[in-house]
Amino acid sequence: MPTPLIVRFLGAFDRRGWQFAALFAALTLVAVPVMHLVVPSGSPLHLSTHFVTLTGKILCYAIVAVAMDLIWGYAGILSLGHGLFFALGGYAFGMYLMRQIGRDGSYQSDLPDFMVFLDWKDMPWFWAGSDSFIWAVLVVLTVPALIAFVFGYFAFRSRIRGVYFSIITQALTYAAMLLFFRNETGFGGNNGFTDFKRILGFSITAPETRVVLFALSAMALLATLLLARYLVASRFGRVLTAIRDAESRVMFLGYQPLWYKLFVWTLSAMLCAIAGALYVPQVGIINPSEMSVGNSIEIAIWVAVGGRGTLIGPLIGAFLVNLAKSWFTVSFPEYWLFFLGAMFVVATLYLPQGVVGLWLKLRARAARAENPVSPATKGARA
Amino acid sequence: MRITGLLLCGWLLGGSCQAAIDPALLAPLAADDSEQRIEAIGALARSAPDEALPVLGALASDSLAVAAGNRLVIIDGQRVVDAATGREITPPPANLEAININNRVRRELASALAALRLFSNDRDQRLQAAHEVAAGADASLLPLLDKALAAETDPEIVGRLRMAHAQASLTSSDAGVRQAAVRTLGESSDPRVRQLLLPLTEKRGDGWVEPDGAVRAAAGTSIREIERRLAWADGLGRAFTGLSLGSILLLAALGLAITYGVMGVINMAHGELLMVGAYSTWLVQGVFRTHFPGAVDWYLPAAVPVAFVSAALVGVLMERVVIRHLYGRPLETLLATWGISLFLMQVARSLFGAQNVEVANPAWMAGGVELLPNLVLPWNRIIIVAFSIAVLAAMWAMLNLSRLGMFVRAVTQNRAMAGCVGVPTGRVDTLAFGLGAGIAGLGGVALSQIANVGPDMGQGYIVDSFMVVVLGGVGQLAGAVWAALGLGVVTKFLEGWTGAVIAKIVVLVFIILFIQKRPQGLFALKGRFVES
Repeated sequence: MPTPLIVRFLGAFDRRGWQFAALFAALTLVAVPVMHLVVPSGSPLHLSTHFVTLTGKILCYAIVAVAMDLIWGYAGILSLGHGLFFALGGYAFGMYLMRQIGRDGSYQSDLPDFMVFLDWKDMPWFWAGSDSFIWAVLVVLTVPALIAFVFGYFAFRSRIRGVYFSIITQALTYAAMLLFFRNETGFGGNNGFTDFKRILGFSITAPETRVVLFALSAMALLATLLLARYLVASRFGRVLTAIRDAESRVMFLGYQPLWYKLFVWTLSAMLCAIAGALYVPQVGIINPSEMSVGNSIEIAIWVAVGGRGTLIGPLIGAFLVNLAKSWFTVSFPEYWLFFLGAMFVVATLYLPQGVVGLWLKLRARAARAENPVSPATKGARA
Repeated sequence: MRITGLLLCGWLLGGSCQAAIDPALLAPLAADDSEQRIEAIGALARSAPDEALPVLGALASDSLAVAAGNRLVIIDGQRVVDAATGREITPPPANLEAININNRVRRELASALAALRLFSNDRDQRLQAAHEVAAGADASLLPLLDKALAAETDPEIVGRLRMAHAQASLTSSDAGVRQAAVRTLGESSDPRVRQLLLPLTEKRGDGWVEPDGAVRAAAGTSIREIERRLAWADGLGRAFTGLSLGSILLLAALGLAITYGVMGVINMAHGELLMVGAYSTWLVQGVFRTHFPGAVDWYLPAAVPVAFVSAALVGVLMERVVIRHLYGRPLETLLATWGISLFLMQVARSLFGAQNVEVANPAWMAGGVELLPNLVLPWNRIIIVAFSIAVLAAMWAMLNLSRLGMFVRAVTQNRAMAGCVGVPTGRVDTLAFGLGAGIAGLGGVALSQIANVGPDMGQGYIVDSFMVVVLGGVGQLAGAVWAALGLGVVTKFLEGWTGAVIAKIVVLVFIILFIQKRPQGLFALKGRFVES
């Protein structure tokens, strides 16, 4: 009798996985809200607004990193366009947030400020429905995924791969950035969307709203990890890794790589869009520079530093790199690019499996030294 | 237009030559009454055309003055010259009172001067004068123009004068003359002439501006001719800007095409190698400014080898330290070179500051060649096109005639086989990478002449130069050349219709679609193989 899907899905995490998940949920759903909202601000146990915003932001980045790992680490496709899907998700939700400002903008108009500024009388057609939360969520879930699907279908069907694929995803993102920089496109030009006031009627700067958004991001990350774990452990995941390692042979064995790649590519884009939608209300701004060439490449370095082809790696990488970034840009802004550049080189030259790979290697070495008879632990995947 | 008439009489009678001008003729120039002055200008031009020229010129440039005793003098910087004799007065007289003229006198004076200069012995003076009379020609100038045309031998000036003559004839009362004039004007490619002809085909009130139907029809034909020529010149201008954009893209992409062809490596730091070249140019300029101020205009030729060598050294270093160790892992190489590019940008920022530095065009690159009245090709663009042709030729020769070039081609086609027959593939990699980097440095020299030089300059070209490589296909110069020029010209033509940003987006989308159809680019290497 085949195992029910839900059982297989929940079986994706082993015992230790579920322990980790429970710890993570306890921290983000109970500890952080309590320490931010209940503990008085003088206390050493109090978590500052800055901490919550920063961590919430990195949680969103971690979702993107896991999405990137699915496509790069498991399918061997390096996308330099994930910044686009992240930003599209952010813009789609940003439209809703702009409409929630209502008449509280500088011009006291029903239209968002930038439209009044451009002297527009009506909203463009693609803003229709943007005042509804449900609609915004639907757009976040479908539009970036649809764009990814169409683009991916044509690219994978023509068997564009390797650096060629990376380069054209970069071109796509670059073209989109130029498009969004235009004022006439209808997304606020280079200022993008900002000055949000409310979300579902609640004040967006209230600590309670912030904590809810933080918890939502954490749950989204957990769900992403669970889904990714389920996928890579399934038969689908095995075909995907086979495509990564020898696409032609997989084809000769009678598989059609197109649909495998397309599915994981579209899913990855959708996860990015969700992360973007969670990111925008927390940082309070979205503008076209999110689609810059450099941003998309930085996503790859989170994954590379953490460890490709593992699911915990991207999570660690996203936290390490972004914490380093926020520390450097405050303490030594002029050295941040040196550090980031060095990280790209060191990670690719010396850490092919990232810090997770390094940890596994060290542990295997320690185990060998302790017990020289036992065979070396084969590159286990976390 | 009385003066020109008077002038003309003077010319028909044959101007007399005098060593000095009668002061009595000069005196009325200082009169208060405009009429009197205009009379005087005419009389002066009539009686002493050669000597009158400097005096009238001084009057037009407000440097004619009255000294004590109603003596007219010309102020020439520190010197003061007697207007009548042309001799310098020492010591310069005090209490000079400048003669000011009103616009009416100035207008008359301008035509008088132009008419005088039409018969000058100096070709440039005549050409200049022909331009000036053409600007305000009317019927009163016709006899003068006839005479000038009869005497003129220089074809360019004859062309100008014919246009001026035709313009002046437009007001003729004879419909036949008008029709001939309209036909002649149809040969022009000057947008101003079109403006002149347009009213002839329009209605004012109940009647036509031009009563004669045949002349109207001729005017219509002429306007269409001019518009056709203008459109052609416009297209030519666009094609040229496209060509110069394409040659910049080519310089940026050539090096990339080599490194990608030989090693399959996407070098994300290529834009920063352009930056290295541009900063080298700036440094060489600085050296010339401090040590060879006399030859500062010639810093650019000196910057070419410097930029090539410094960019090539950076490239060789990159290859030896990083890229070599990532052989066979193109995606990791892409990320590592991106890291290097961030590193180089920050180095430039730390060394030279975050602001753009100023690289001046040498004097010999200023100005341009005027092909048509509405088509001027700037020298700096022409030189950049020529420079990229030279670089391309040198690279073609290197690849096809030298031993290293043979090795590079061999490794591009089949690395394993090349290694088997004894090609030192490792050294070829290093040299090819250095060569590609050096060419990027040369591109930086060219860029420094038309774009801002700053730490971020390389980033703007990285996507474009990749597009050239992707579109052109790998391992062939021809692909890169066609792709670069095609992209340049198409972008510039699109810009005319859609504006710069949309043009760029359209081009990018076009490339993305094109790659679906021809994943190997325009010029794929032929052969049968399967990857992995």
